[in-house]
Amino acid sequence: MELKDKLVSSFLAFEEEFGGENDDLHNIRNQAIKDFDRIGFPGKKEEAWKYTSLNSVLKHDYSFFPKKDDSLEYRDIKDYLIDNIDTYDLVFVDGVYSSHLSQTTHDKIDVCLMSSALNKSPYKAVVDKYFNKIAPKTGLNALNTAFTREGAYIHIQKNKMADKPIQIINFSTGKESAMLLQPRNLIVVDENAHVQIIERHQSLTDSPVLTNAVTEIFADKRAIVDYYKIQNDATSASLIDNTFIEQQSESFCSVHTFSLGGKLTRNNLNFYQKGEHIDSTLKGVTLIEGKQHVDHNTLVHHIEPNCESHQDYKGIFDGNSTGVFNGKVVVEKEAQKTNAYQSNNNVLLTDKATINSKPQLEIFADDVKCSHGCTIGQLDEDALFYLRSRGIPKREAQGLMMYAFANNVLESVKIPELKKRINTLIAEKLDVEVGFSL
Amino acid sequence: MLKIKNLHASIDDKEILKGINLEINPGEVHAIMGPNGSGKSTLSSVIAGKEDFDMTQGEIIFEGEELSELDPDERAHKGIFLSFQYPIEIPGVSVTNFMRAAINAHRKANGQDDMPANEMLKLIKEKSELLEIDRKFLSRSLNEGFSGGEKKRNEIFQMAVLDPKLSILDETDSGLDIDALKVVAKGVNKLRTKDNAVLLITHYQRLLNYIQPDFVHVLVDGKIVKSGGKELALELEEKGYDWLKPEQV
Repeated sequence: MELKDKLVSSFLAFEEEFGGENDDLHNIRNQAIKDFDRIGFPGKKEEAWKYTSLNSVLKHDYSFFPKKDDSLEYRDIKDYLIDNIDTYDLVFVDGVYSSHLSQTTHDKIDVCLMSSALNKSPYKAVVDKYFNKIAPKTGLNALNTAFTREGAYIHIQKNKMADKPIQIINFSTGKESAMLLQPRNLIVVDENAHVQIIERHQSLTDSPVLTNAVTEIFADKRAIVDYYKIQNDATSASLIDNTFIEQQSESFCSVHTFSLGGKLTRNNLNFYQKGEHIDSTLKGVTLIEGKQHVDHNTLVHHIEPNCESHQDYKGIFDGNSTGVFNGKVVVEKEAQKTNAYQSNNNVLLTDKATINSKPQLEIFADDVKCSHGCTIGQLDEDALFYLRSRGIPKREAQGLMMYAFANNVLESVKIPELKKRINTLIAEKLDVEVGFSL
Repeated sequence: MLKIKNLHASIDDKEILKGINLEINPGEVHAIMGPNGSGKSTLSSVIAGKEDFDMTQGEIIFEGEELSELDPDERAHKGIFLSFQYPIEIPGVSVTNFMRAAINAHRKANGQDDMPANEMLKLIKEKSELLEIDRKFLSRSLNEGFSGGEKKRNEIFQMAVLDPKLSILDETDSGLDIDALKVVAKGVNKLRTKDNAVLLITHYQRLLNYIQPDFVHVLVDGKIVKSGGKELALELEEKGYDWLKPEQV
């Protein structure tokens, strides 16, 4: 049976087992499975999926409803956590919340579980207002919504600041021969509130894993949200990340995506600017090899005047790896005085690596500043000669240059320990030593 | 130390160097002067091993070894150092990390282990003081946002750390004000020993007031048309280069 049919026919069993008491949610799910049944998985005929085929990841016989597994210990996962600073942690193992590995809070801010939020009354008002309201109706979103069961629920109340970063980490253990995970996160940041979030998906075995994650983020007036995605998964693990951010006036939201591993990674990242003086920042480093594939599909929708967006994606592609950058900026007629910047720079290290870079600007306002630049090239020969003339061998010189190329995206990372960790990850991938300072 | 015999080099089939002969012995300072486009920078790049240039004829022998088959990094390991006219900006790599990579690459080539951190710190500190370089400067990205003077000082600092046998200073005086020039020249003079040598490439005589050459060569249209002592530089300053051209015909 095809994966789609198998999913649709499992829906009733899912509802029965995990459906809960919430009638509104029941209705949303029912509608979602109908939508998914109608729309299905995206295919290569769709413009936005022209360069990314899901065929190779949809062919596995995935299990959908993993059992609770408490066998993971802190020592098994600590390498994947930023563990040298204090954080709130939401750890999920095969899609199921692991309380002994997590640290939640309800003290002034809510950092807890989607399953609780969906079924308990104190959260009803927020869930009703935001859940499934920001994500557009696509086949993948509908699929996730239909099977929504668990994920992170984060609510930062007005004028509150999350006192430490929040880590959301999804592990898969490979207990099942192949697994489909569908985490669902809802993050609501009220007026003048502030939060930093680090998200990671990590497979601990070689079994195929497909994650179809949906994250909805609402940033109210003057809210500040910094979101960091670490994608450094095993080569048997694939990720379709769907992240949708709605911003109100004077809010600042940034998403940094570090795509350093995994079989197939697709990032659908959409920003909707629904107020004035909004700043949206999208940054990414892609550093892959072998047959890995990373696709960044971004949208910034400028709806109101006087807003800014900044996109800066850098990619380094080795081996037979493939990359896609599809960056769309829409500036509505009312969105005068918009400043929208986009840049996508790529280095191809072999003849067999490819990148498809496609900026799309749709501008309906006449008083705007929009720029986009895209480069695809090799490393600068003069700079290489400079390094080599100091005795640094070619390979090492290339490594240093690539490190330098990728590294400037890191400058805007606001959590020093995270910056250091990503720095180290990138340096290790490039086989350069950079940890030396006076 | 360095023997260049009948060196011809071209880029994109255009011949730039048309038969250079030059011999540099330990302890000597040579200056190559010449008008723009005469091939001065090409000569320094070819000695350092830049791959854009084709050596079509001749030999470059350094310490008895023919260089033409060696990579730029291998030439550096043998003791050749090129101070760039336009040092390249490398954002994201600090001066310190860059120096560490360079020092350890030299040591590895000589079969030594990495330099211990405390030893390296001491070396970097000592040499940065020689060039009057601020500590904060060392953690900045290599050449990024450096002023012209800072870039050149940083080049000589690298030279001081790597302690080469032959230092080629390509237009080191360009873009320097007089104070920066003095610091750079003082650094170069302090590093001179009876065992190392310096090749100065310059358009103007100014630098030679501060770093006194033993020999001056005039390069015009890819050939050395005149050689002499340091007084030749003064003559050039006064008369320019035009008077030399007929002699060559």
